[in-house]
Amino acid sequence: MSGVALGWRSQLAVSAVRLANETSRRLGRGSGTVAGGRAGLAVDPGLLGRLAAGRRVALVSGTNGKTTTTSLLARALTPPGPAAPVACNTTGANMPAGHVAALVAAPQARRAVLEVDEGYLARLVAETSPDVVVLLNLSRDQLDRVAEVRMVAAGWRAALAGVGPATAVVANADDPLVTYAAAPAPAVHWVGAGLVWGADAVGCPACGGRIRTGGGGWACDTCDLARPEVEIELAGDGARMADGGNVALTVALPGRFNRANALMAAVAAAASAPVGGVGPPTLGEALARIATVVEVAGRFSVVDRGGVAARLMLAKNPAGWTAILDLLDEEVAAGRADRPLVLAVNARTADGADPSWLWDVPFERLAGRVVVATGDRCRDLAVRLRYAEVDHVTEPSPPVALHRAGGSGAAVDVIANYTAFSDLRGHR
Amino acid sequence: MTRRLTVAVVYPDLLGTYGDGGNGTILAKRAAWRGIDVDLVHAPSAEPLPRADLYCIGGGEDGPQVRAARCLVDDGTLPAAVADGAAVLAVCAGYQLVGRRFPDAGGQAVEGLGLLDAVTVKGTGRRAVGEVVADPGPGSPRTATGELLPTLTGFENHGGRTTVGAGSAVLARVRSGIGNGDGPGGGPATEGAWSGRVLGTYLHGPVLARNPALADLLLGWATGGDVSLDPLDDGEEQALRAERLAAAPRR
Repeated sequence: MSGVALGWRSQLAVSAVRLANETSRRLGRGSGTVAGGRAGLAVDPGLLGRLAAGRRVALVSGTNGKTTTTSLLARALTPPGPAAPVACNTTGANMPAGHVAALVAAPQARRAVLEVDEGYLARLVAETSPDVVVLLNLSRDQLDRVAEVRMVAAGWRAALAGVGPATAVVANADDPLVTYAAAPAPAVHWVGAGLVWGADAVGCPACGGRIRTGGGGWACDTCDLARPEVEIELAGDGARMADGGNVALTVALPGRFNRANALMAAVAAAASAPVGGVGPPTLGEALARIATVVEVAGRFSVVDRGGVAARLMLAKNPAGWTAILDLLDEEVAAGRADRPLVLAVNARTADGADPSWLWDVPFERLAGRVVVATGDRCRDLAVRLRYAEVDHVTEPSPPVALHRAGGSGAAVDVIANYTAFSDLRGHR
Repeated sequence: MTRRLTVAVVYPDLLGTYGDGGNGTILAKRAAWRGIDVDLVHAPSAEPLPRADLYCIGGGEDGPQVRAARCLVDDGTLPAAVADGAAVLAVCAGYQLVGRRFPDAGGQAVEGLGLLDAVTVKGTGRRAVGEVVADPGPGSPRTATGELLPTLTGFENHGGRTTVGAGSAVLARVRSGIGNGDGPGGGPATEGAWSGRVLGTYLHGPVLARNPALADLLLGWATGGDVSLDPLDDGEEQALRAERLAAAPRR
């Protein structure tokens, strides 16, 4: 176990994790990662810190792009050749039980890359002493059960004010909330990764003044919070260094937001600490490894459902939906034909029970397309589309909706929120 | 006759956490679909509030709520417009700040606009989060044809408890959910408040999407009743209402 001996209580806890996982698998209740992690934490509440000790830990958090960036960073930190495993919670189980399970599952891994729910970042920073923390973006998400976004930013800031210079914070300088959170850390790598959704960053998180944007930057009109000088930023289809040098970004995943995720992951990889005398990859090496990732957790995968070829896209909140609408525009501009579109919206526990956010998504941009509204909350979506003046068909059953959209043999694009996406992927 | 109608969404930079901008969209479309010439303006807090016939004030976090209240008091346009007959839809934090007093993040009382006779204090129990069903009754506003609104359905998410004074009337009685939280022990009793052409509710976000009759009531107020509002095909809204009313927990 990474050179650090665990006490009897922690060893018992690890056994509990393995037993619970095994039982859960036998009972057919999924891979059981969360159940196992919970059992382990019940036996030893300090288990997470003990499992992390002696490993290099990178944490990835933000409202959108966590799972993808975690996956890209894990690949960037995996050198070619055999035997350098990286522990990673690739299933999206991004709370401590999931982290425990990921670390137990990879006892030999000297590095861990962990996706962290925004509300748990402070705890993970305190317990795992990370060498890298990646902060992507913050915007409104599941407000019925998650703290309001400014409170999340304040919690991050308090946690990062306490880290030392050995923790490299890789932060998106285009997001005022992220900037506010990261600023007190002693070693910040500022990256210009863009901002899809600015509506939550109009009021200054530091003083309540007004954030003004322009000329590629932003600044508060009252206090001194402003976009920091960046090391590197997105520019066109690639990136530009502070010294003016251009960097090509080859990313198999589509859309500007995935170029942002790739850039954040590459900078984080290059900022990582060495392991066993082996240094981190250079930015170029990291990007070359990232270019080999063709799929992350089913996002943008094309599946066959009853003879309909459907490309599955995940969007969970206004920023995520806006990013996908941007992607559709990018693709049309690049000459891709409009496809029938299935929009699937649920409001189960993992989605948040309140779909009011539908009114923050600029669905007006879909006017003129063939649209089918589906999912548990297709009625809410239908009313939203009516007022967006987007012609649509409403069909509660997703399989039937796919058939209605693609019955003529057309390939279909699907945008779905969390549980709707998982259902369509077919493993929940 | 046609008439020009201005709908203003108040301070979307401060108050707009829960898709509240949707109410402005719904009001503007329902007016435009009846041939009314509509201007929908989003009025940022840094600029003087424009004159409008109908104002939508949304929800927000504690800090921005206090800031919005200060801006609106200093600006002075909203109370003046209301005195001249403008209509107001205020939801959640917006509802609290058009009342007489509301609590800041620390629980200290902040002066509101006093457009409704309502006082909000910090609740002692759990935050009220979930579906709400509330029935209009005696004292609730009447439509242009003198009828009560149909049952109200919405989603609430607030920590405040609101008491409605004699200068305003409650909007409805709670069947499911918490609403004003003015029952015994901060429990459910009434929901929302109204007087004149100002209406406040805890049914947050796009409350008008589920309650098109409430949208038309506000449009009637804003046009002074001098435009007939032809019925619209609200089949999709009715389907949503039926689903949500059936989904609300029964007590």
